[in-house]
Amino acid sequence: MSPVPHVVSRRGVLAGSGALVMSFALARTAFAQDPQEAQNVGEEARKPLPQPGSLKNEPLLDAWIRIDADGRITVFTGKAELGQGIKTALLQVAAEQLDVPFESLTLVTADTARTANEGYTAGSHSMQDSGTAILHASAQVRALLVAAAAGRLGVAADRLRTGGAAVTAPDGRSLSYGEIVTAEMLHVNAAPQSPLKDPADHTVMGRPVPRVDIPAKVTGGAAYVQDMRPTGLVHGRIVRPPSPGARLRAVDAAAVEQMPGVLKVVRNGSFLGVVAEGEWPCIQAMRRLAVLARWEGHSDLPDAATIDQTILKLPSQDTDILDTGHLGAPEGRRFEATFTKPYQMHASIGPSCAIAQATRDGMTVWTHSQGAYPLRDALAEMLQVPPDKVRCIHVEGSGCYGHNGADDVAADAALLAVAVPDRPVRVQWMREDEHRYEPYGPAMVAKLTAVLDRSGRIVDWTHDVWSNTHLTRPGRAGHLLPALYLQQPFTPPPPKPLPQPEGGGDRNAIPLYRFPRGRVTNHFIPDMPLRVSALRSLGAYHNVFAIETFLDDLAAAAGIDPVEFRLNHMEDPRARDVISKTAEAFGWSSAGTRRPGTGRGFGFARYKNLGAYTAVALDLTVDRDSGAVTVGRVVAAVDSGEAVNPSGIRNQIEGAIVQSTSWTLFEAVRFDRTRITSRSWADYPILRFDAVPASVEVHIIDRPGQPFLGTGESGQGPTAAAIANAVADATGVRLRDLPLDRAKVRTALGRRPASRAG
Amino acid sequence: MRFLKVVLALFVLAGLGFGGFLVFAHRPAIEAAAAPRPDWFDDALVARGAELAAIGNCSSCHTVEGGPALAGGRALRTPFGTIYGTNITPDPDTGIGRWPKEAFARAMRDGVDRAGEHLYPAFPYDHFTRLTDRDIDALYAYLMTRTPVHDTAPANDLPFPLGFRPLLAGWKLLFFRPGRFEPDASATAEVNHGAYLVESLAHCGACHTPRNALGAEETERRFAGGTSDGWIAPALTTRNPAPVPWTAEALARYLKQGFDRHHGAASGPMIEVARNLSRVPDQDVAAMARYVAQSVGEPSRERAEAARSLLAELAEPGPASTTGTAGAAAPGRDPIYAGACGGCHDAAREIVHALPLSLVTAARLDSPANLLRAVLEGVHPRDRTAGPLMPGFDGALTDEQIVQVTQHVRTAIAGEPAWDDVAGMLRRIRTGDASDSGGDAR
Amino acid sequence: MITLTINGTRHDVSSDPATPLLYVLRDELGLHGAKYGCGFGQCGACTVMVDGRAVYSCVTPVAALPGREIKTVEGLGTIDSPGPMQRAFMDEQAAQCGYCIPGMMMRAQALLEQNPAAGEQDIRDHLQANLCRCGTHMRILAAVQRAADLMRSAGDGGPSPVTTGAVR
Repeated sequence: MSPVPHVVSRRGVLAGSGALVMSFALARTAFAQDPQEAQNVGEEARKPLPQPGSLKNEPLLDAWIRIDADGRITVFTGKAELGQGIKTALLQVAAEQLDVPFESLTLVTADTARTANEGYTAGSHSMQDSGTAILHASAQVRALLVAAAAGRLGVAADRLRTGGAAVTAPDGRSLSYGEIVTAEMLHVNAAPQSPLKDPADHTVMGRPVPRVDIPAKVTGGAAYVQDMRPTGLVHGRIVRPPSPGARLRAVDAAAVEQMPGVLKVVRNGSFLGVVAEGEWPCIQAMRRLAVLARWEGHSDLPDAATIDQTILKLPSQDTDILDTGHLGAPEGRRFEATFTKPYQMHASIGPSCAIAQATRDGMTVWTHSQGAYPLRDALAEMLQVPPDKVRCIHVEGSGCYGHNGADDVAADAALLAVAVPDRPVRVQWMREDEHRYEPYGPAMVAKLTAVLDRSGRIVDWTHDVWSNTHLTRPGRAGHLLPALYLQQPFTPPPPKPLPQPEGGGDRNAIPLYRFPRGRVTNHFIPDMPLRVSALRSLGAYHNVFAIETFLDDLAAAAGIDPVEFRLNHMEDPRARDVISKTAEAFGWSSAGTRRPGTGRGFGFARYKNLGAYTAVALDLTVDRDSGAVTVGRVVAAVDSGEAVNPSGIRNQIEGAIVQSTSWTLFEAVRFDRTRITSRSWADYPILRFDAVPASVEVHIIDRPGQPFLGTGESGQGPTAAAIANAVADATGVRLRDLPLDRAKVRTALGRRPASRAG
Repeated sequence: MRFLKVVLALFVLAGLGFGGFLVFAHRPAIEAAAAPRPDWFDDALVARGAELAAIGNCSSCHTVEGGPALAGGRALRTPFGTIYGTNITPDPDTGIGRWPKEAFARAMRDGVDRAGEHLYPAFPYDHFTRLTDRDIDALYAYLMTRTPVHDTAPANDLPFPLGFRPLLAGWKLLFFRPGRFEPDASATAEVNHGAYLVESLAHCGACHTPRNALGAEETERRFAGGTSDGWIAPALTTRNPAPVPWTAEALARYLKQGFDRHHGAASGPMIEVARNLSRVPDQDVAAMARYVAQSVGEPSRERAEAARSLLAELAEPGPASTTGTAGAAAPGRDPIYAGACGGCHDAAREIVHALPLSLVTAARLDSPANLLRAVLEGVHPRDRTAGPLMPGFDGALTDEQIVQVTQHVRTAIAGEPAWDDVAGMLRRIRTGDASDSGGDAR
Repeated sequence: MITLTINGTRHDVSSDPATPLLYVLRDELGLHGAKYGCGFGQCGACTVMVDGRAVYSCVTPVAALPGREIKTVEGLGTIDSPGPMQRAFMDEQAAQCGYCIPGMMMRAQALLEQNPAAGEQDIRDHLQANLCRCGTHMRILAAVQRAADLMRSAGDGGPSPVTTGAVR
């Protein structure tokens, strides 16, 4: 990778002379214009939105697909590979619709100098946004090529075939895409509709194509930003304060600058870092600097043991996000329950890392941020330069699962890079930096009530959820951790609730089930005792946990099987299919007698009520002495719309199940009244192999021709609910305070004899 | 003829003696009862039983790692052979499900099982005999309400004639003194409560008191230091070598959390003790700590002063080259120590549960066994709970390097005279011949 | 100057002898397979083999390594000619972000070289030291079992390339 930044304006590249803007009239079929997606499979094949996916914001086709005269084809996405396999899936989509060999394509991911601005790679949106854009752009490019070839070959377009990156006439004459393409051909706006291939003819989409990134990852190739070693590289490390609120009083920088290999100690207010020639000498210098630094003041953190009470007491902005004639006191039995969740970490295995280089021309940052463009804007504000002087290039990092330290470390690197011009500065956080200073997933409280009528149907439902924001991602300098510590500090912009239908803390708070009356209220809490942001699935994890475990209690009260109870209240046919498929594959109805201490549980959600449908059924054992919960067999079914890469979807769901198992059984950020005390894996234990389920089986309900539905985060909530339901089934004890760790399970069971618990 | 008569007479006498011994050793079986129903037991009694079982560390010997709770099978290596913890779940066939309460009480107080067999003193009835009736009731209620597991522990592996249980009656005659706990009228209620728990249920002396050649605790040398599973259990007397003398508060933290910032992490068999005590009410642990602290006693003025100056020295950043303090791998330091240990133990940033090794007791013992074992095996919580987590260095370092780094910690960091024959101890640990860890372990 | 033998090749390294092997591999020798995860020997991302055993390279100083056989993931094969462990991870698509995977492979390789008949429970027990955050565990288990099969059928646990279908 070139260490020399080449900051160019993408607009400059794209601004053609008198760009030919044409709209297509290629759509031959009469597509329905209803923007609502089809609910019934088979009723209507495909109803694209007027501006499909990210083409809405970036309609130029050559922002997505470029073909060189020598035939090389490059696909551009503003999204980033996070280990979710998006590169492979996007290339599959492009290869399919362009009708070119998969291996012949090159993919460029998020780069503020080269790709479209697709915001963040988050919210399971990559396929919905970028996948849809590339799907349509590729199909339209192919149609343009065919149309141009028709003129050149003198054959009607509908008699031409495509394949192998060429257009072929019935008489065998053939033109390669490289021969057909002209400079301006693809520099046109996309049409609202596209001549998509019939899904029945797909040869690349829908196949488990091996991931393009795995070979380098398993053979020691330079696969991550952590691995980049551009010429002239130097290393940087940051000394973070012992308490988030502490300020640097004094430090003997000179003592550290005398250490071997040290180039510079950088201090700006309470931001303290060191740059050195080698990584290990840099770490030594950082440790020495940490010993010498004198801090004063500290944050006043709430009591971790009563964080739920703290949350309920903080001022909130309340919004009814659903109100369907809630009456308050209908006939029937009334139930209520409160569910709590602690702060949890992204806890990437590889601490966050970035490389920054400052030259006369500007700043280049290689980053694994989920949002190259928003990060660029925030860095520019922090550095007080115009945005076009900063270029952010996404390079893969360790899995992040949301807004972790990626953006903050990019800011660290940029601040150090300014101090050593022209040298690329690589900063990787230490483990303790990542654990103490990443923005956590917020602690949450949910209170649910329901009224059950005599026939065992829910006739009234309320859901109140209290949470901080789930989004403090950049955009602004005040979102960047080091910017808060500068001599002239930036202030975090006031947090805002993420609006429905996707929501933040209230994500998935509106049940997909059909209840005659209901009210759902989002209590948004602006004050943040701990710095928080987006963690995989945001509030959906907790809301689905609450809804789906509450449903089990209601089913038990009604004396109805929990799966049957769910189906009784579910009208969405695709949801019903996923629930039924999971139950059937698990053998839910055939469960016979069970050993004491074993239980089974079920959980379902449609992610954000507009993404993938996912249901999870599992069995587990509870050891009453230790409180250990061991998950056995897990069966899941998922409907992601059209499945582009079944192996990739399976991998994501398997991962969601195992990760959610870790969250649900083990994880809570520890802190005392001034400091974070989860500083390494010793203080923040996560799942290891001894807690990995015995088996995980994922069934995909493929919907060829249906829109892609975000999948990556859809398994988090259903898994948590299934575990809690199975623990309740095994022990007779309902636990509503996450995580269901050993101490909690043990304490809850301590008084209960085996027979009553079994 | 005369010779033959003498021989015959001796045989007869021996036979009579043996027969008499057998009569002496005999204990009647107690009739099996129907397995009690869990709902016979009061919830509060079961709950207190759970806490008492944790204080008694029952699961440590009666649960195999990763196996079902209390179902037995854990190997306990002793200098006399290997004894396996039995199944104490209420399974009627393989556990204690059909033991009436008097059989359970007899096992706890007299070391005799329901069938009348003598139990090996690896089961510390020499301590449990002091339990109150109420606590025995609570333990019984707790055990009888556990999940029954059908499983039989492996047979003990003991050399002849130790497998012959009636011999244990002789052992008991020599060493076993049944009887209830007697409070000390001059002590506070808290100390008495602590003494009761420590001396009875918690059976701390089982490891921390030296044992004689026949495996009995040398009661006149109470808490003078012993061994457990190849680890040294340091003296809990004025001879305790902790560089920073223990206080009741520090002991309570250590017992409850498995870690104290001036003493380090519980390791070896003590990890499980602390894990179990983490489930016990604070006042019980505080009382135990108070009693043990009394046994450890007030430090001498010299020791207290040495501890103060050691802590003061550690609190100063000092020059980077100062041994045992600040972070850098400065010249003149053992590079293996600096690269393998220094990153955590010298960083002085309280990032992990690693303290300067000048504070750890393992470097101050007369034997290198504990330090060697920590280097070899690391420190791992046996539970998925937060706690000290240190990797083992077996394989990463050669035996010579392990010896070298161990001596480095002993001499350069703890400032103690070099240990003799660290390599020999390492060899004995590897061959499993170090179950007594070098004899007298003070 | 310390001489290290890595993947059968001798390297003279100039880093301070106290430097953990991880940094020498990545910064001085350009071998990026081993990853920095925690620096405390808690997560296993840095795992390499030394004399056939899996060790945490983040807490193993190079001073401890002269004269010993070091093997990294680069020593298991190449992208064009992957060894059985690598082949198996590719075949099972056993990676999400993949950051933990080289460490997983090296620990698994050490197990299989020591115990070619290792079964699933052995693999689970052995990999306990290594953390994965993406939740790829089921595929990792499948891949290691596949690697064991490949090695057994090739009669060779070494780094020689195995191509699917071309084993003895």
